[in-house]
Amino acid sequence: MTLWFWIIVAGIVAFFTKLFGYLVPRAWLKNPRVLRIASTLTIGLLAALTAANTFANGQHLVLDARIGSLVAAVIALLLRAPFLVVVIVGALAAAGLRLLGFP
Amino acid sequence: MPSRLRQSPGARIGLSIAVATGLYGISFGALSVASGLSVLQTSALSLLLFSGGSQFAFIGVIAGGGNPIAATGAAALLGIRNAVYGMQLNALLEPRGWRRFASAQFTIDESFATSTGQTDPVEQKRGFWFAGVGIFVLWNIFTLLGALAGSAVGDPKNWGLDGAAVAAFLALLWPRLKSREAGAIAIVCALATVLAIPFVPPGIPILVAAVVAAAIGWFGYRREEETE
Repeated sequence: MTLWFWIIVAGIVAFFTKLFGYLVPRAWLKNPRVLRIASTLTIGLLAALTAANTFANGQHLVLDARIGSLVAAVIALLLRAPFLVVVIVGALAAAGLRLLGFP
Repeated sequence: MPSRLRQSPGARIGLSIAVATGLYGISFGALSVASGLSVLQTSALSLLLFSGGSQFAFIGVIAGGGNPIAATGAAALLGIRNAVYGMQLNALLEPRGWRRFASAQFTIDESFATSTGQTDPVEQKRGFWFAGVGIFVLWNIFTLLGALAGSAVGDPKNWGLDGAAVAAFLALLWPRLKSREAGAIAIVCALATVLAIPFVPPGIPILVAAVVAAAIGWFGYRREEETE
């Protein structure tokens, strides 16, 4: 039940966060510091998510097949593969390494 | 004059992004069920929360054994960028009345990117609505399919779905790494995350990185201002 409660809270928070953007005065947009923090925050959050999804297993740092996904994704991105291809390559790398016996 | 709908670049790009992103809903659905959420709870996240990064963060914290409050906190923090997109789209598309509320729900990375990639105002509107509504519909359909299949296909790790999440986040980050400074911010924040993982509950390392990133934004800006 608690999980349901927080799912709904997360949904409401997400909607009002989005709506907030449509309600703030346009003058805010011209504040370069606000724009700059928004940009560094987005980069930092995406980098953090990539790192956590690669190395975290609960509170433990682990090296497993997901490293292969990270390397494969970098190669796919360097070859300018589209988004969906990068995601599939990442999945195939982890699945393939696990077939070979990696954790 | 705006082009006809069949030749509209905004609509075309919007639809192709909708298909690519929508399909990815399968892996969200499967991963979410594997994280311990029910099929209904998984669909509720896609319908209500509707923001890929926030949704993955939410189930990621639950999967790692974190509590739902931390999951909500991580999802909310990741959603902050949508407010920034909203501000810019509000100035660009000028939605009025009920459209303002509808626009808010469809404001995500992809609809923002499609819209701002166009120069013609009509194409900017088409790009936003085709990408936003298209992704919403497909993302929810494929979330449900993934959630239903997820319980049948066994451990999603065997299918590399945890690796798919790693690749997806990197692919979302990649286009933003055009400057040396952006690369440095990404590396510092990734390091901060890895260093925090053993010491704080799952989900919190993301928030640690957010504080680091905001500090870089705040102080980096001040330094630029002084040197000008």
